[in-house]
Amino acid sequence: MRNHFRRNIATAAVAALTALGLAVGGTQAAEPIKIGSFLAVTGGASFLGDPEMKTLEMYVEKINESGGVLGRPVTLIAYDSATDAKKALTFVKRLIEQDQVDIIVGGTTTGETMAVIKEVEAAGMPFISLAGAGVIIDPVKKWVFKTPHTDRLAVDKVFRDMTARNLAKVGLFSGAGGFDQSCRKNALELAPTMGIEIVADETHGKGDTDMTPQLTKIKNTEGVEALLYCGFGAPTSIVAKNYKQLGMTIPHYQTHGSASAKFIEGAEGAAEGVRLPAAALLVVDQLSDDHPQKAVASAYKEAYEGRFKDSISTFGGHAYDGLYLAVEAIERAGSTDKEAVRAEIEKTDKFIGVDGIFTMSPEDHMGLDHDSFVMVEVENGTWKLLE
Amino acid sequence: MTGFWQPRVGGLLTLALIIAVLPVFLPNAFYFDVVILIGINATICVGLNLLIGYAGQISLGHAGFFGLGAYASAVLTDSAGWPPLLSLLVGAIAIGALAFIVAEPILKLKGHYLAMGTLGLGIIISIALNQEVTITGGPDGMPVATFSVLGWRISDERTWYWIVGGLLLVSTWLTLNLIDSPVGRALRSVHGSEVAAAVTGVDVTRYKVLVFVVSAVLASLSGSLFAHYSGFITPAEAGFGHSIELVTMVVLGGMASTFGAIVGAAILTALPQLLTAFHDFEMLAFGAILMGTMIFMRKGLVPSLIELVKRVRAER
Repeated sequence: MRNHFRRNIATAAVAALTALGLAVGGTQAAEPIKIGSFLAVTGGASFLGDPEMKTLEMYVEKINESGGVLGRPVTLIAYDSATDAKKALTFVKRLIEQDQVDIIVGGTTTGETMAVIKEVEAAGMPFISLAGAGVIIDPVKKWVFKTPHTDRLAVDKVFRDMTARNLAKVGLFSGAGGFDQSCRKNALELAPTMGIEIVADETHGKGDTDMTPQLTKIKNTEGVEALLYCGFGAPTSIVAKNYKQLGMTIPHYQTHGSASAKFIEGAEGAAEGVRLPAAALLVVDQLSDDHPQKAVASAYKEAYEGRFKDSISTFGGHAYDGLYLAVEAIERAGSTDKEAVRAEIEKTDKFIGVDGIFTMSPEDHMGLDHDSFVMVEVENGTWKLLE
Repeated sequence: MTGFWQPRVGGLLTLALIIAVLPVFLPNAFYFDVVILIGINATICVGLNLLIGYAGQISLGHAGFFGLGAYASAVLTDSAGWPPLLSLLVGAIAIGALAFIVAEPILKLKGHYLAMGTLGLGIIISIALNQEVTITGGPDGMPVATFSVLGWRISDERTWYWIVGGLLLVSTWLTLNLIDSPVGRALRSVHGSEVAAAVTGVDVTRYKVLVFVVSAVLASLSGSLFAHYSGFITPAEAGFGHSIELVTMVVLGGMASTFGAIVGAAILTALPQLLTAFHDFEMLAFGAILMGTMIFMRKGLVPSLIELVKRVRAER
């Protein structure tokens, strides 16, 4: 019997612990408006998720200090999805079923966002994503919106700048990630329509630490007039360094994936002269006073830097825009009825955010155009506004 | 000790009872989700425990098989247009074959070298899934079609609960049978001393390869189900971190205890959900719990608890 007893103990333990695992969370009074969020505060994309979380927490506090929304306080229920699509999905189910939030603003990476789309669509939950790739809103999904500029907009902006400088033959270089590949695809698609010819098309692997072979190939391509690198994170600095080491002189373009101080720091001086499209927030001090985004962007910069003693990044800006798009839609809808809020987000008209000026429609769930970008160039270790 | 109350019958029945009754206590889809993930992890751990707990071979690459199973289902149903069930089976067979091919050279290694070998295997799989962007969608992952059998589409959590619960029950039953068979005894002798086992006529390599393949196939099946259940997969599922998580589940629950592996999977899957109350200190609390368990309950939770109960009974 001892063995039998042993097995029973084992199974009883399973039961007890499972039950323990289920006694999670509690219910809250129906009063507050609940904004749910899941962000990659830790893990590979933490440099995006961390400022996003800080931004949400700070502004929810501010909203409550000024009387809340519709006279009701706002509660932020946010989880760390750790740059893991599986965790993101579980947390979204938790937000929907357990916490019964009114709207979700979150999803730092494209992977985490794409993993939860099926769930939010099925539940009919308004969802504003903070991730980059165009695939999130193209094709349009009824309940899914996003705030960051897409890679397509960035490529569009870069090609416009090239055309203005009479550069037509481009060496394209991209990484393996979703953003990188989506950017490459858009560059290949957009080039013929904008009078640009892609004369070289090279890629590197995830985690590669040396890009000189691909850059050498581009350098030696006949007639190449400019370099466009599609990617984000650490590789952006490596590309800039290798470019300098090879003594390349053709104009060097990157995307808004490099629009962070870490790019300049990581390149150790080699980033000088690199041009890229970025949100106005990055160069807010250089904006003219009549720039429509000047007030919003400088207020955000002041608030964030004052509170966290840390330099701003455009990623926190995505969260700011997501939060206020949601709050304004709830205010216009006059309730937290999900369909009404969704419809109001879709009707967003000339909302001035940190990322740009949003005008959404049933066909466009991002609402930004190429004017929301400014071209910047790295000069003396910082960003210089062009145009 | 005969008839109905044989250990594996009693234990299995209790497990079946828990699986059958549990839905009554699950108020919404979120709880179902957590329990389904527990079931999926538990199935892998039951297989992994055969390898680690009984045969005494460590694998730091098991998430690789899980990931391959998930991607086999995703790619075959998506790109090749195969029915999900066929994809799942073909994936499991192919991954079983892969495990068979790599098992013999890898399992010749011992100790740290074996750990290194399986680690390498896992990392190679992870790199391949990350790099083959045209097939797998790269680091950002790919969507997976809804599971369907003969036109019956399975998308709600309740149905998934029964499927995953069924798979866990069947794999636990198979494992318990295997352990109580001559194969199981041979495995334990391999764990004790490979030389002694070989001297008494046990074909050491054959048994090691057998468990390796069985555990790989279980991981692959779990991976396929997970892919269809979640509807979206990323290469992180095949990553090193996930492999370590799986080994931790087995070690925490108690090596050489099938139900220990299930308990370990349940705790490590549910704990992060429980600990969200700690906010920024989540990881600290998680680490402290793991350290505490490993310091005070070296044999793992379930074996340590059983020993405690036995001691208390003996003192009476």
